[in-house]
Parts: sequence; C-alpha cells; structure tokens
Amino acid sequence: MSDYIIEMLNITKDFPGIRANDNITLQLRRGEIHALLGENGAGKSTLMSILFGLYQAEEGEIRKDGKPVQVRDPNDANALGIGMVHQHFKLVHNFTVLENIVLGVETTQHGMLRMEEARQKVMALSQQYGLLIKPDALIEDITVGMQQRVEILKMLYRDNEILIFDEPTAVLTPQEIDELMRIMRSLAAEGKSILFITHKLAEIMAVADRCTVLRKGKYIGTVDVKSSSPQELAEMMVGRKVDFKIDKEPAQPGESALRVRGLSVEGSHGDKKAVNNVSFDVHKGEIVCIAGIDGNGQSELVYAITGLLPSTGEIKLNDAAIDHQPIRKRNTAGLAHIPEDRHKHGLVLDYDLQQNLSLKRYKTEEMQRRGLIRFDKVRAYAEELIDRFDIRSGQGPVTSARSMSGGNQQKAIIAREIDINPEVLIAVQPTRGLDVGAMLYIHEQLVRVRDEGKAILLISLELDEVFQLADRILVIYEGEIVAELDPKQTTPQELGLYMSGSKRQEVHA
Amino acid sequence: MSNLRKSLSSMSASLVAILAGLVAGFVILLFSNPANAGKGLLTILIGGWNNGMKGVGQVLYYATPIIMTGLAVGFAFKTGMFNIGATGQLMVGGFVSIYVGVTWTFLPGAFHWIVALLMGMLAGMAWGMIVGVFKALLNVHEVITSIMLNYIALYGINYLVKNSNLFDSLRNQTVNVAATAVIPKAGLDKIFYITKGRLNDVSSVNAGILIAIALAILMYILLNKTTFGFELKACGYNRHASRYAGISENRAIITSMAIAGGLSGIAGALMYLAPASGLHIHMEEVLAAQGFTGIAVALLGMSNPIGIIFSGLFIAHITVGGFYLQSLKYMKEIIEVIIGLIIYFSAFSLLVRDLIAKAGKRRAKKGNQPSKQEAVS
Repeated sequence: MSDYIIEMLNITKDFPGIRANDNITLQLRRGEIHALLGENGAGKSTLMSILFGLYQAEEGEIRKDGKPVQVRDPNDANALGIGMVHQHFKLVHNFTVLENIVLGVETTQHGMLRMEEARQKVMALSQQYGLLIKPDALIEDITVGMQQRVEILKMLYRDNEILIFDEPTAVLTPQEIDELMRIMRSLAAEGKSILFITHKLAEIMAVADRCTVLRKGKYIGTVDVKSSSPQELAEMMVGRKVDFKIDKEPAQPGESALRVRGLSVEGSHGDKKAVNNVSFDVHKGEIVCIAGIDGNGQSELVYAITGLLPSTGEIKLNDAAIDHQPIRKRNTAGLAHIPEDRHKHGLVLDYDLQQNLSLKRYKTEEMQRRGLIRFDKVRAYAEELIDRFDIRSGQGPVTSARSMSGGNQQKAIIAREIDINPEVLIAVQPTRGLDVGAMLYIHEQLVRVRDEGKAILLISLELDEVFQLADRILVIYEGEIVAELDPKQTTPQELGLYMSGSKRQEVHA
Repeated sequence: MSNLRKSLSSMSASLVAILAGLVAGFVILLFSNPANAGKGLLTILIGGWNNGMKGVGQVLYYATPIIMTGLAVGFAFKTGMFNIGATGQLMVGGFVSIYVGVTWTFLPGAFHWIVALLMGMLAGMAWGMIVGVFKALLNVHEVITSIMLNYIALYGINYLVKNSNLFDSLRNQTVNVAATAVIPKAGLDKIFYITKGRLNDVSSVNAGILIAIALAILMYILLNKTTFGFELKACGYNRHASRYAGISENRAIITSMAIAGGLSGIAGALMYLAPASGLHIHMEEVLAAQGFTGIAVALLGMSNPIGIIFSGLFIAHITVGGFYLQSLKYMKEIIEVIIGLIIYFSAFSLLVRDLIAKAGKRRAKKGNQPSKQEAVS
C-alpha cells in the first residue's frame, strides 16, 4: 500500500486570464493533519475544488492509495471517501441537526425513513469523537460552532476518510477554535486524514503535522511543521520576510469626529432592540474598536450610522447632525464605510473594477460632465488606485469584479473608501478571510489614515486584530456597550468575559 | 476590447438560438407538409423580400412597435425589473394618442401628430410609473401590479371608448384620427412600394421606424454613457451596494419604470396614429400582442438597445415571412411557433454561450496557441 492516501500530482488549472494552479503537487499521508497555506488567490480553494470534483484540472493526476482515479463531481469524491467542510456551511436551516446529517444518504425501508438507526449511528460518532450536538435542534437555532460540528458529523456519517476543512476557524470564537483543534487531533488519532486550508500560522503550528505552501498558483514547498517556524512559513507564503507587528505610535486623539448619543435600532423580530441606547465618541486621530461576539448588534450599529437602517438617537459628524440625512449626504459629509459583506454591499460584482472604484465618485465634477460619464477620467483614476494600492487583477481596470480574488476585492474597496479622504472611516471586519500579507497591509493603511488625523471606528471579531489596532476598546453585548477598555491595560481573557456578558461596567460616553 | 468580445459572444449566443429555432421550425414544416418544407423555410428566411420593396417596408412597419416594447422591457430589465406590463402601457399610450388625434384638431397640422405622440408617451409613463411606485414604496412585486394594470388598461379603455365619441360602433373599434395626427411617411413611401399595373402599392411603413431606431440609440447612450444609466444598472445588478453607495433605489425603480412605460406608450402611439386603412383599437377582450412580443425581442436582443433594433427587425422579418407561408398551404401560426422556439432557445443563451466559449478554447488549444497574452490585453 502506498504511503499516501491521496496524491494530487502536477495539477494545472486555468481560468480566463489567470493560471490558478500551476503544476502543483500535494501528497496527503494516512492519519496526518496536512495544512494547505497560501495567500488569497494562491490557488488553495481551486486545488481543493479539483479534489472535491467541483472543477476539472487541465493537466495532472489524482491518485488514491497510489492508483489513479477520476473525480468528475462531488459524488465521485464522496465515493472515494473525500468529504469537505466548506467555508460557508451547506446546511438546511429549517431542518434538524439529525436530518441535515442524513440528508442524501437516508436509511429507508420500503420508502419510509428509518431515523432511529441513523440517530444511533450519529450519536455513536458524536461520542466517539467528542462532537457535542443536539440532534433534534433546528440548524437556525444552534451556534455556528455547533453547525460546524454538524458538518463534520456529515462527513463521518458518510464514512469519509479524507476530511477537507476550508478556512474552518474564520467564523469561530477563541473557545470554539480550541475545541475544533481538539476535535481535529482526535480525528487524526482515529486514522482520518485531514487537509486543513488556512492562512493562520498559529493554528498550523498548533495542530498540523505537515504544511504545503502555495504562492500565486505555484507550489512552493512542503515542510514538517515541527521543524519549522511561523516566520519560515510566512516567508514561504508571502515570498519575502514579514513583520508581524506593525509600528504604531500612541494615539493623539483630537476633538470628537463622530458623536453617537442614545442610538437605538429596532430588532428584526420586533421583540428586542438590536442596538439599545448606545452612546460613544470617536475622536480624530484614534482607532476605536468595537469588540464583541458576532450578532450582538455590531452590524446594526454600523448600518444605523451609515444610514442603511433607520434608528433613533443622535449621530453627529464633526458637530453636524447626520441622523436624518440620506446615505449619499452622509457619504459626502465625510463618512466612509468598509462594509462587512463585500459582495453584498461593497461591490457591484457585475461591474468592472473601474466602475467599482468610482462607485462613490461618478457624480463628482471630475468624472462627469452634464451627466455624461468621462470614461477617460474614470479609467485614469482606476489606474492610479490600482497602482497605489497594488490591486491585482487579470485585466486591470476592466476586470470584472466577480473574477477577482477576495483579497484584491477587499483592497479595491479599501482604496475607494480611503481615497474619499473621509472624516470618519468605519471599517467592519476589514481583514475577514484575508491572508497575512493582505491583513498586514490593511492594518498599515488604517494606522496611516489614523495618523493623518482621521477618526476610525473598527468593528472586529478577531481579538488579535483588536489588540493590534485599537487605541480604545468598546465591548458590545446584546446591543449595549458594556465596557470601555484600554488595550494596554487589559488581557484577551478579560475582554472575553465582557464579550460573553459575564462581566460589565457602567459606561458613560 | 473586452467589451467588443463580450458583445460578440452574446450575439453569437442569440444567433445560435435563432439557428436552432429555425432548424426546429423546419422539422415542424416537414411534419405538416413535407413536399413544401424546403420552399417554406426559404419563404421564412426571405421574409419581406418575398414581396419586393413593399415587403421590406412591411417588415419595418411591423418592427416599429416591437422594437419600442422591446426597449421598454429591456430597459426595465437593466434596472432589475421584469416589465411584463408593456402591453398595458402600450394600450394606454395608444388610447391617449387616439384621443388627442381625434379631438385636438385645433392644433396646427404640423404639430398635431407630435403632440399626440408625446401625450401617448406621457400616458404610458404614468402607467409604468404606477408599477414603479408600488414596487418602491410598498414593495409589491412588479409582475403582479403590471399584470393587473394590463387588464385595467384593457377594460378601462373599452369602457371609455364605448362611452365617448371615439367609438365607431359599426366597426366596433375607435374612429379614425384626424389626417394631421397620422404619423407622416417621411418619404419612406417613395422607397418601399411595388408597382401594380399603373398604381404604386405602397407599404404601411412610416416615420415610426426612424423614431424607434433613434430612441434605441438614445437608450443605449442613456444606459452606457451617463451617470443616470450607471445608477440604474448598479441598482439592477446589486441594489444593496447601490444603496450603500448612496444611490436612491426607490428613485431608480420609479424612473426606470416611467421610462419603460413611456417607451411602450410611444409604441402605442406609433401603432394607432394611423390612417383609416391602418390599425384601430378594437373593442375586444384581448391584450395587444406587441407588448408580449416585446419580451421576446428584449430577450433575443440581450436587453441591449442596439441588439433590440436587430432582434425586432428579425422577428418582424420572419413574421412577414410567415404571412407568405400561407401561399404554400401552411398556417401562418407556424411562424409564431418558430418565434416561440427561438425565444425558448435564447433563454438557454447562457448555456449556449458557455458551449461556444468552450468550443473556442478547444480550438485555441488545437491551434496550439495558448492565448494568454490575448486574454490579458
């Protein structure tokens, strides 16, 4: 029997204008946790999609146990024992946990469901691997962490031996991440082979046995994690030396640029307010970070300030009330917004890059004359931003936004928002799903904007980011600000207590 | 470059759909009367040319209203709205222009038809705007409101006509409009005719086709060259991002539906501002077919105003061809079936486009020219 349970040899895959995978080889040993590391657009997802049968490689070969196999679609992959937990879970929200697990492979007798047998098997697996679930709860009622465990059980229920995890920690809290690491280790101990796609070096160091690094579609190398270091991995990934810390002078806050008083937003179900009587200031030249577990009113707070949701209370930008202004007025008054969901709010994916870069500028004197767009100016402006912010794309200004990698899409949004030269910049999870290189870059940009005397309101779920950037931390819990902390005088543990609602202080703006 | 390529590839998809539709149509011809099938297909393909320049004129004449309704559907579609109400907007526009054409005889001759046309346009705009207002302010889906408004237009007009001096009870239709309100020929009658004995048999084509083409070009400019069009399309593609960027989605929906309605209204005016021998609104319980054909025209033209000129001309061309099919003992409805099939195939246009792209790639590979440079340029 071959040493390797799965081998992907010399895989090449082309997309229009770009070679996503260029002669890549990945060999997965039985029972190991193998990390796949790379920046955004390095070709990790493409490679995994080929293994899972979602794409067909132009060249190269996939082998299982040393024998060449064809993976034409996910059914083939499943038959070969390959399972995948996607970054965005594929669950039916109004089905129960158990129903989701058996969906597609139901045990039946005379066309009737035999859920009892399924339940026994699921519960046995749940016990064996320590995957705590509530089998009869609806998916929409359980936490993201438990949803992920359901996804893992789906693979185990199908007797998959090769488990692919695509960016599994992106949506988890610190405690849930620890739990996932423990689960992955126990899966490997039981003989499952795991492919772990990530760009978080700490997680690789914590859990992986070996690590394959991709860069710009090319294979860079495979290393033993034990004999490697985060620095080495980062260098392989980015292609140059990387500093993890960014240089940041202490903040020199000026007067208040954004003033929020008694802000409330109705909840979507009508019973409870999503944002409840929130007051705070963001001063010129400081980064205020709103920390909290996802779903505690952060999004609604931002939507209220930017005008996407109606609210009550007072919002002032440089002493001018903007709470009853339409969105465009708020934008032109100096509010910039890096949105949480770049596909929903940040970009018109069917527009090209230059149209997206001018999305907030097309009405300016420079870009139009009597209502006619000046395409030469739009293009020149796009080229300037592409150059200055290093936005990479297949066809420059006329690249369709849809075809760009996530990191470059985010760079485009950040370029657009920073170049408005705003008074207040609201950045919501600006580095979500991005790799070290892009993350560092975005952090630097935010600090630079701060040092130019702008006010920045940062909403982040990642504690690393909070401590890296914040000059002041506000903790939001169930729509209320429950603590104001100085990042220099607090610890992640203490912050965690406030975030989970186990502790609170009186906060006065 | 990429724009050109994009439009070429979408055009090829439409062409493939047309080809597939014609092949299927040929099969139908074979089944219903095998002996004449070849001739029949030829008749369809020749279209207007079956009857010389008059036939060509007829093609332009039939193309006029469906280009307009095609624009009405396509324009709304660019803003993310499915305007199934073109037929109602067309009838309202037609009715108002007839009213003006019959009663406002105090207007100086040269202006009469223009005013009638503009009033028809305004009426259509108002009718379309209702749909936009319901969608924007009350979140009522545009398909529901426009279907309802189609019937309100139909029966409302029947009622109004029957209870007014616009009613020709003998023919059960509207009375003739004043001669000054008829759309002028603009010299087209000097081109599109055939000679029958000593008389010229003149086609019905009039200045309407020129107006339709001009408006299509205007819509193209509006959509692709102006900030207004930029906003409308942004709303159509992603309304969340548009709102985020400060574009008023409600305004975009209402104005785009008003413009779409105005285009349909002009279609109605161009149809019914006709001489005594031309079209009148009949007091029947049937919605004007041109409104629905507009959906087909827009689909085949990929909602691109310039594409819509060509798809409108094409559909008119084979429709006229269909008339001449009757001389070969075919029923003229066969042409409707073929048009239906073409639309059916163009609904698969995305699939077709993918297939073409793949075929192109394979060819490139065979030619052993990995066209990476080309793709980047």
